[in-house]
Amino acid sequence: MCLGIPGKVESLEGNTAKVLFGDTLRKVSLDLLSEEVTPGDYVIVHAGFALERIDEREALITLEILKEAAGLETPR
Amino acid sequence: MKHLDEYRDAGLAQGLARRIREASRKTVNFMEFCGGHTVTIARYGIESLLPPTVRLLSGPGCPVCVTPMEQIDWMIAVAGLPEVTVATYGDMLRVPGSGASLAGERGRGADVRIVYSSYDAIELARENPGRQVVFFGIGFETTAPATAAAVLKARELGLENFSVVSAHKTTPGIIKALLDTDELKLDGLICPGHVSVITGTAPYTYAAGHGVPCVISGFEPLDVLQSVLMLVEQAEQGRAQVEIQYRRGVRPNGNEKARRMLDEVFEPADSNWRGIGVVPGTGMKLKPAFSRWDAFALFKPELPETVEPAGCICGRVLRGAASPADCALFGSRCTPADPVGACMVSSEGACQAHYRFRRK
Repeated sequence: MCLGIPGKVESLEGNTAKVLFGDTLRKVSLDLLSEEVTPGDYVIVHAGFALERIDEREALITLEILKEAAGLETPR
Repeated sequence: MKHLDEYRDAGLAQGLARRIREASRKTVNFMEFCGGHTVTIARYGIESLLPPTVRLLSGPGCPVCVTPMEQIDWMIAVAGLPEVTVATYGDMLRVPGSGASLAGERGRGADVRIVYSSYDAIELARENPGRQVVFFGIGFETTAPATAAAVLKARELGLENFSVVSAHKTTPGIIKALLDTDELKLDGLICPGHVSVITGTAPYTYAAGHGVPCVISGFEPLDVLQSVLMLVEQAEQGRAQVEIQYRRGVRPNGNEKARRMLDEVFEPADSNWRGIGVVPGTGMKLKPAFSRWDAFALFKPELPETVEPAGCICGRVLRGAASPADCALFGSRCTPADPVGACMVSSEGACQAHYRFRRK
């Protein structure tokens, strides 16, 4: 139930955004967001509300750590 | 899709699994609190990648599963009242009460609508001024802010034909209650990522302070594997800290605006957890200033006598004290098509996840 799905902000209208999930566009409320978002940002959406902006820098760091952890002991 | 596909790479998963096998010496029991994690673990066969020293247990983080029978009966009874339209997330529809279910009531003519968002329920109320629209708020800190937002919106619009049922629950008290029992010896907690988007790290400081490593995890398979690796490393090194694996979504302080809205609308209440009992302060009820929109204050339906399904061990499963396969009903009398207990009804219930993904 506490499902959150990442989507890309396409456009803003007041406190509502149109957010793209794959190829589905949905209206999402920004009423719970602490931070401003702009088109191109990714947000985590739960039940029609954006809960948080995805931090792209942190996402990159996580992926780097993942790759390093997974590859470190690879016998080559 | 970006922010999903990267975390499903099979090669990286094998690499992470190898690291976990190399790092793991001690035998450890980790609990995944959240039903969403239970589904990821079952769907991607994560346990088959782990060494025998690492055991994963499902926890109480399945809202449908832990909602007590009398509250489900109450919601079903309200749906049967005249001039009432019930708006609910899809998860609740098939949950059996002592007698019927919401789906059953709908079959008998009750007006039960599935909504995607609490604001859809607000729209229903505006479009149907002659009916009372009751929104069922169920779930943890992830879901509760949407209910709070709807109550604040109803006040702003002066909506008089809208109310909410708050069956919401909070995480800190239940984690403490689980750790304080002798039944369970936990060596690590896979903490719920989307609850933590709202709460930040605060709910887990008690666990870490009592020697239980905590990692806040995302929901893709690589997220969970990385979290297991981080927990194994903490356990092996004798550390117990709250770490965040789901850094792209979770800030250490959480979402303060959403929490302010929760605090404005709700106050803590004692809450009954199916299979666990009443846990002080783990419920959320509407503050008196919002009683105009509190369905519990507005409606007094006649309730059937509460009947818990016989032979079901859902309660022990929710406490991490038993696994679904320990139940005599599992897979025979109790299946997703014909469920006996709540853990088989909910798509994120431990029993349904085991049934759908593990019995092949």
